[in-house]
Amino acid sequence: MLNNFFGFKPDRSKYPSVNEDGSLNIDLSSHQYTKLWLGPNHPGVTGNMAMELTLNGDEIVEGKTHVGYLHRGFEKLIERRLFVQGFPTSIRMCVAEPDTNEYLIAACTEELSGYDKQIPDMAKWLRMLSLEMARLQGLLRGVPGQAGTYSLGIGVQWGVYLRDLILDRFEELTGARVYHMYIIPGGVRGLLPEGFKARMEDNLKDIDDFIVRIKKLMFDNAIFKKRSIGQGIVTKEMVDKYGVVGTTARASGVKRDVRKDNPYLFYDQLDFDPPTAEEGDIYARTFVRWQELIQTVDLIRQIMAKMPEKGDIRAQMPNVLNWRIPKGETYVRIESGRGEYGMYYVTDGSDKPRRVNLRGPSYTHGVALLEDLLVNTNIADIHALMVSLQTCPPEIER
Amino acid sequence: MNIKDIFTPFTAWSGVLKDPVTIKNPIGREAAPRYRGFHDNDINVCIGCGTCEAICENQAIDLVPVDGIDTKSGDSGLRPKIDYGRCCWCALCVDICTTDSLRLTNEYTWVDTDADNFRFIPGVDPKDWYEKEDGWRKPVPNYNFYGKERVHMGELHADERSDSFIEFVKGYSKEQAQQEADRCVSCGICTATCPAHMGIPEYIKAVRNDDMEEGMRVLYETNPLPEICGRICTHKCEDVCSVGHTGDALSIRWLKRYIADQIPADTDKYKDILGTGDLAKNGKKIAIIGSGPSGLSAAHYLALLGYSCTIFEKLPKAGGMMRYGIPEYRLPYDQIDKDVDYIAALGVEFKYNVNIGTDITLEQLEKDYDAVFSGTGLHLGRSTRIPGSDNENVYQSVDLLRDIVLEKPVPVKERVVVIGGGNVAMDITRSMARLQMQQFGKVNVITTSLEDEEHMPADREEIVEAREEGCSIIPGYGPQEIIIEDGKVKGLKVWKCLSIFDEKGMFNPKFDQAEERVFEGDMVIESIGQGMDLSYLTEEIKSKIEFNNRGRIVVDADFQAKGLPWLFVGGDIIEGPDVIHGIANGHRAAMGIDKFLNQGR
Ligand code: SF4
Ligand code: SF4
Ligand code: SF4
Repeated sequence: MLNNFFGFKPDRSKYPSVNEDGSLNIDLSSHQYTKLWLGPNHPGVTGNMAMELTLNGDEIVEGKTHVGYLHRGFEKLIERRLFVQGFPTSIRMCVAEPDTNEYLIAACTEELSGYDKQIPDMAKWLRMLSLEMARLQGLLRGVPGQAGTYSLGIGVQWGVYLRDLILDRFEELTGARVYHMYIIPGGVRGLLPEGFKARMEDNLKDIDDFIVRIKKLMFDNAIFKKRSIGQGIVTKEMVDKYGVVGTTARASGVKRDVRKDNPYLFYDQLDFDPPTAEEGDIYARTFVRWQELIQTVDLIRQIMAKMPEKGDIRAQMPNVLNWRIPKGETYVRIESGRGEYGMYYVTDGSDKPRRVNLRGPSYTHGVALLEDLLVNTNIADIHALMVSLQTCPPEIER
Repeated sequence: MNIKDIFTPFTAWSGVLKDPVTIKNPIGREAAPRYRGFHDNDINVCIGCGTCEAICENQAIDLVPVDGIDTKSGDSGLRPKIDYGRCCWCALCVDICTTDSLRLTNEYTWVDTDADNFRFIPGVDPKDWYEKEDGWRKPVPNYNFYGKERVHMGELHADERSDSFIEFVKGYSKEQAQQEADRCVSCGICTATCPAHMGIPEYIKAVRNDDMEEGMRVLYETNPLPEICGRICTHKCEDVCSVGHTGDALSIRWLKRYIADQIPADTDKYKDILGTGDLAKNGKKIAIIGSGPSGLSAAHYLALLGYSCTIFEKLPKAGGMMRYGIPEYRLPYDQIDKDVDYIAALGVEFKYNVNIGTDITLEQLEKDYDAVFSGTGLHLGRSTRIPGSDNENVYQSVDLLRDIVLEKPVPVKERVVVIGGGNVAMDITRSMARLQMQQFGKVNVITTSLEDEEHMPADREEIVEAREEGCSIIPGYGPQEIIIEDGKVKGLKVWKCLSIFDEKGMFNPKFDQAEERVFEGDMVIESIGQGMDLSYLTEEIKSKIEFNNRGRIVVDADFQAKGLPWLFVGGDIIEGPDVIHGIANGHRAAMGIDKFLNQGR
């Protein structure tokens, strides 16, 4: 086997031993096992949750995931604010791709209040642009970041630089680099600035170049292959069992993409085909994301070519201070960079939401699925595994 | 995996030959023109409405007093202070700012050793980023956090209304009222300006909630004449409404009318809603002279406190100037009755056709009652005293308006000239136009005022509507002579008015004789203001009280006459002239009377 070519693969047939009832026999007093807490220690997305690991040598025989260290309660904060006041809080639910949250709040309130039919086309195109830009900046960090977890830092440097250029575009479009607060109930908060498309095109050209270079750096790289191929395999059965979404599901041969399956905004007017793979391992997931990077660049070009030049950016809505939404509930889902990302939103006729509940991919990928995949992993590969599942604890703990 | 995979990654070394992309000095990098950085506020434009405070989801804004900025009508005198320990730079405060005074600059670095400094008043505390033009401003176009355009009330077209005295402004429908009420940002700037300090945001909220009974309760807290005020109030509140700074002011008056219109004319229902079913009497009696706004207001609030009130009215029906000075097309009589009937239902007694001084003396009232409130109003027309003004075909607008209501014969000529630029002048102009239409089938009224178009004291809509009805409003001329030939009025000679007041601010109009015009007419109506008739005060009473240099009785804050503790005076003879001041000081006087009579308690 190729992945055994360079090295030693331990024989784990004896450890841990199995009890008669099939449970693991992990007797810490036997001195064959070590208990190790990984986290919570912030730096990086993998650090703001904890994993309670039982090790045999440096192999994990059992892993438990623990969340609850962020103490945030953003959903509750949003439930105590007016509809228009929700979006600045919502973006904190996922720093990596905040725009998704803004969009969901807007879409939920618009649907329940019946204003969804009145959102101007211009605003919809701009929403799509900012959502794809958000995906792009996420991938620019996420794709090379996978190699980063194996200590290959140079790709991260390239990616972060290009991501910064996209943040420059965000800055001129939305007024902020990370927390854009651009998509607002009713529409968006600004038209494209003069010359935006040309500057964006320049950045996209650089990214085209990056896509070629990062391919050589990562995917034609013996070490990367060695450590990612055959690792952290998510099978098709697991996809169904855990409800796996996004690129993680697509890399396991399950073609799931809300943009295709249940098109929102103007995604039905764009030409794209979500990439897939069959292997379901870390390599396949990363490679699917790399292909998605190509696709996202293309989508942004398509959006910029198709969007109108002028138009209203916000529907005529009620006074934001007096806005009440009739009783109702909805679940709105969209395809974020990490997969299906949904919000359950309940209104009771008052000026504030009754219930806001976010359902992001990390909740599936980073809690239950991760516990399953941790077994038999080497501790050196945990971060690679978590990153490959696109775990973002802040979105688990809203 | 193959051997190529070992060497391919080394292609990354090609980057070594490229120029670095890092920024040498990241501090000082200019942010994008739309960047949401630190706040700036144009404090001379800001009115301290506090709407920014209301929308801030982080409660980062406090409205605080600022040295050198005084509280005045339309300006709370407060300015937003921002706490950068809480702010998330969402700029919702900017997007909603009612005056567009607030913005974010694109400056984003600020180093300080004292944490308290990060709470600051933008535009007041000196900061070097104010000079930056770039930054976040309210997005354009068509991006509004509240409706900028007023929902218009339906009106009869000029053709339909010009020969009739029926009310021509239709009420709001429920949808219209709620849509209009939605625009209010509940800042309360209007409440401070309203002479009666009505709970405007509260009753507008009641409209939004479709809770008319709550609306009525809010209205009656400060104003017992909602049907009347909902139609003819001079709406000083709307002049200052913060929403009016970058859009149309709220239609506060029409919303008040909407609430009152929804409650049927049934005094029991009123009592039910307002909780005034059985008012305990305290055994004290108050005499009230005049059933105008101040008298009715005083009677209402005194009745609530348990006083037995008797209103003495010279004319056959209640309402004073509201009935006998305001034409029916603006204020239908049944709406006056609706408000008055409820006050009567509270146990207030009305005595009509009683002249104080002749039928009963003030001294007698003092003996029979515990206190007296007088709000006798301004019912004497003032003359221009120009040559010819003593002709019998020269009339006073107050007299004619009163005669129309009393259904006395009113002289109507084919060509009428009106002198005056206030609301009363418009009332007589439009009334005469209607009478002309009825009699001759055409309108020929010329109305001229000293003030130019911009400074005419009449409400703008009155001028516009008068013109729609065919009247000629020609502002900016001063009357010089009424031309009489063979004892008959031929017209009015005017000169162009250059200025009205002199440098000292005294009334001293200057004219340009060269620009002389003659407005032809068969009758002239003077409508340049009214005077008060205080003949019911005997010399003895006059000697006890004080008058100011404008001939008005001097009263204290409770409207108690200086020198005669049992006498309270209010309404147009003290303040105004308008309905809402009368209502306000009638209310204050009621509280003053209660204080006076219960001092020993
Ligand atoms: S909303 Fe604007 S005008 Fe009102 S207090 Fe705030 S800054 Fe001033
Ligand atoms: S920018 Fe946002 S958080 Fe800051 S003061 Fe304004 S409304 Fe509040
Ligand atoms: S009516 Fe105008 S001034 Fe009054 S509370 Fe509403 S917005 Fe403010």
